[in-house]
Amino acid sequence: MAEHTSTYEPRTGIERWVDARLPLPRLLWDSFVTYPIPRNLNYAYTFGAILMMMLGAQIITGVVLAMHYVPSGTMAFVSVEAIMRDVNYGWLLRYMHATGASMFFIAVYVHIFRGLYYGSYKEPREILWLLGVIIFILMMATAFMGYVLPWGQMSFWGATVITNLFSAIPLVGSAIVTWLWGGFAVGSPTLNRFFALHYLLPFMIAGVVVLHVWALHVVGQTNPTGINIKAKQDAVPFTPHATIKDALGMVVFMIVFAYFLFYVPNYLGHSDNYIQANPLATPSEIVPEWYFLPFYAILRSIPSKLGGVIAMFGAIVMLALMPWLDTSKVRSAVYRPLYRQFFWIHVLVSIGLGYIGSQPPAGGFIIVGRILTAYYFIHFLVIVPLLGLLETPKPRPASITEAVLEKHGRGLALPERTVSNTKVGG
Amino acid sequence: MRFKNAEGQMSGMLCRLTAALFAVGMASSAACAADQPANATPHYPLKEPHELSWSFSGPFGSFDKQQLQRGFKIYHDVCSNCHSLNLVAFRNLGDQDGLGFSAEQVKSLAAEYKIQDGPNDQGDMFERPGRPSDHLPAPFPNEQAARSANGGALPPDLSLLAKARGPERGFPWFVFDVFTQYEESAGPDYIYSLLTGFQDPPAGVQVREGLHYNPYFIASDALAMPPPLADGAVDFPQNGDDDKTNDVPQTVDQYARDVSAFLMWAAEPHLVERKRMGLTVMVFLIVFAGLVGYTKRRVWANTPH
Amino acid sequence: MADTTTPHPITVPTDSRHVEPGEAGAPDPSRRDFLLIATGAFAVVGAASFAWPLIDQMNPDAAALALSSVEVDVSSIQQGQSITVMWRGKPVAVRYRSDKEMQEAKAVALGDLKDPIARNANLKDDAPATDQNRTVPGKEAWLVMIEVCTHLGCIPLGQQGAYGGWFCPCHGSQYDTAGRIRQGPAPENMAIPPFQFINEKTVRIG
Repeated sequence: MAEHTSTYEPRTGIERWVDARLPLPRLLWDSFVTYPIPRNLNYAYTFGAILMMMLGAQIITGVVLAMHYVPSGTMAFVSVEAIMRDVNYGWLLRYMHATGASMFFIAVYVHIFRGLYYGSYKEPREILWLLGVIIFILMMATAFMGYVLPWGQMSFWGATVITNLFSAIPLVGSAIVTWLWGGFAVGSPTLNRFFALHYLLPFMIAGVVVLHVWALHVVGQTNPTGINIKAKQDAVPFTPHATIKDALGMVVFMIVFAYFLFYVPNYLGHSDNYIQANPLATPSEIVPEWYFLPFYAILRSIPSKLGGVIAMFGAIVMLALMPWLDTSKVRSAVYRPLYRQFFWIHVLVSIGLGYIGSQPPAGGFIIVGRILTAYYFIHFLVIVPLLGLLETPKPRPASITEAVLEKHGRGLALPERTVSNTKVGG
Repeated sequence: MRFKNAEGQMSGMLCRLTAALFAVGMASSAACAADQPANATPHYPLKEPHELSWSFSGPFGSFDKQQLQRGFKIYHDVCSNCHSLNLVAFRNLGDQDGLGFSAEQVKSLAAEYKIQDGPNDQGDMFERPGRPSDHLPAPFPNEQAARSANGGALPPDLSLLAKARGPERGFPWFVFDVFTQYEESAGPDYIYSLLTGFQDPPAGVQVREGLHYNPYFIASDALAMPPPLADGAVDFPQNGDDDKTNDVPQTVDQYARDVSAFLMWAAEPHLVERKRMGLTVMVFLIVFAGLVGYTKRRVWANTPH
Repeated sequence: MADTTTPHPITVPTDSRHVEPGEAGAPDPSRRDFLLIATGAFAVVGAASFAWPLIDQMNPDAAALALSSVEVDVSSIQQGQSITVMWRGKPVAVRYRSDKEMQEAKAVALGDLKDPIARNANLKDDAPATDQNRTVPGKEAWLVMIEVCTHLGCIPLGQQGAYGGWFCPCHGSQYDTAGRIRQGPAPENMAIPPFQFINEKTVRIG
């Protein structure tokens, strides 16, 4: 927005009238129509739009579910089942919301790892990245409280375990936990406040998303080369190019979403959550939802209560520190042969942590969990800073256009009017 | 120090490092399984459930009306003596995707039950015949009554049992399950296996008084429920001809299948509607994706990227 | 420090509002138009199909629809007395009318009625609002009526007002002893729900 001149031209009297008073159409036009995007973005870059779609879908289905849900210890479970059985399309809306949460996290993890791969956190995009981390934290809080609402066994015991994390805080820990619960154990007051916050937080997320997009439009998008737009031919207008590409990403994502929603709606949940909460019986094994498993594994790997909690939150802090931990002058992993390998190891380690988090904390799982946890932190605190100093990057093209030319062979003349017969689909 | 000319070497190191890391992981996992201390809790269920084929599994699955009706009869004659089915109303028995009883059948079925209602004008509770809008009455008025009648054990409500029992699948099965859609069969498989899995404890295994050995039980090696089914215990309405080979067998195996299918319906009454809608949505989205894909090609046709 | 420190100011072509027509090797424009229309149509159909469950979920659910009838013991009601019961969340007056009330109601000419339709769910939709048509055959003394003013939904007070029937305190609608609107802003007679006497003592409403 700040970096390119507005090309909005009000055509009708009404448009001029509005533009003189509240130039919202101009803002939207400049942000989503003529806004220049690098021409070489790949499909990993459509996940921002996919996340916008998922946030919208979760808010819409959530508002609708709240019309039927009763946040009370005695009624919550039954009211969710009434939604599943009696409310018109209730089963659809509830499954959409529940599997939608998982889809949201799949998308956000792709989005985060894409950022880590292409160096999207680097100068001048630090605030953009930090806003993303804030969104991620808000998402986790929202998802956690949402999972408590059906008031099944996993809801109840998950809430108990996670709120008890705060008891690790020295001196005031237990007072904080009692305050969170509104009682001496997780109960109706806890459920009721979690419902209120679960309803509130998505709107806060939406607010931070606006800032996130604002920051993005100030500094511009990264792209696989990591080189900023330097000339007109490096960019294409947002509409129709990015619009249609994002739309394709969204529709393909919807196919995956629909598969889970209609064919394996309970696959990503836990069967114990179909048992009503019972404060007198803990399930044999308490497992959080899959998207928390890596963090849960880190929590359990540290043989100290406070240490585990600090490590778990530290794992997220690592992400926030990325702009300052990465010392490399080169942005994109495409030109960083070593970082690229360590990046994929980091992905595997994160998945490995997730698997460890789903397993009982016994025997070899503890050892592997500790190794992977250690590696997770070593990656951020040692490998990433050192690589920037030691690695020799590959030669980079001078511009996005040159990179595209490289890819399509030298025979092409740019810009605009050339027809690529080699690759039209992208 | 720089890795300038040592990148190949470095990658080799990395590979070895990764391999070593994973080797350690695998080895310790294996060790974890093999290295159980003698007093450690064994993993339940002791035996994995049998994998049956169900009419409702898969993307085109639907319930078998006759099977659900037989399953309901088994619940009615046997299970309902101890187990409630609180979330199911009589009107649900008329679902055309489910048991498919007619409105009249549902009415007369409901009227066979006594439902507590009230208070009346004198402030007393009273009993009246059931109506389609009523939920199936529970065998015991409260948890304490249920426990006291069952030697301290609480017979769980069966409404959601088929979705509330999912024995752990383990790697790599849980990955394949996304595609085989096994998740939906896990509950009924478990119920069937439990109902047919009662047996004498192996030599050396002590079963506490009042419990019954069953290696398919999810939480222990024995449960308080005695074997509920016996061959011939429930009479199925048969087609009435003399050819007995066409009859539905009245065996424990058949009973267990039918009641498991019925409980799956009770837990997920909109299953058929869900899959039907899913097919429409998937076809729609795939065609839509094709259209958007072609539009995208057109838009980008003149823009190498 | 990074390979580019400040993004360059950039301009984009102003003719970006639509897809540029292709030249050599570009697709046939009519085919592209069809493609755009088809894609747009799919998007609209998809959005509408997604909207419908969001709308329909607010309609009464299956449990509410199933709660369709209540049975009322009327054996203790004396002539000139009434009781009020709940049916579908609304008050239903069950009144055993006195002879005087019935005579007054019968004496009214149809032409004097503001709403000449019986509004009786047990009869045809266009049945005239005679006193008899406000009841069921054989039980003309019993008025079973949804006690909700047809103006804006208040509950009128019984046995009050200029016609001895019902008087709505909200906006002054007056009903006669058969529950027919006679004066005031209400447009219709109060509704008679579907009901039947299943025996001498019991009325089933709904």
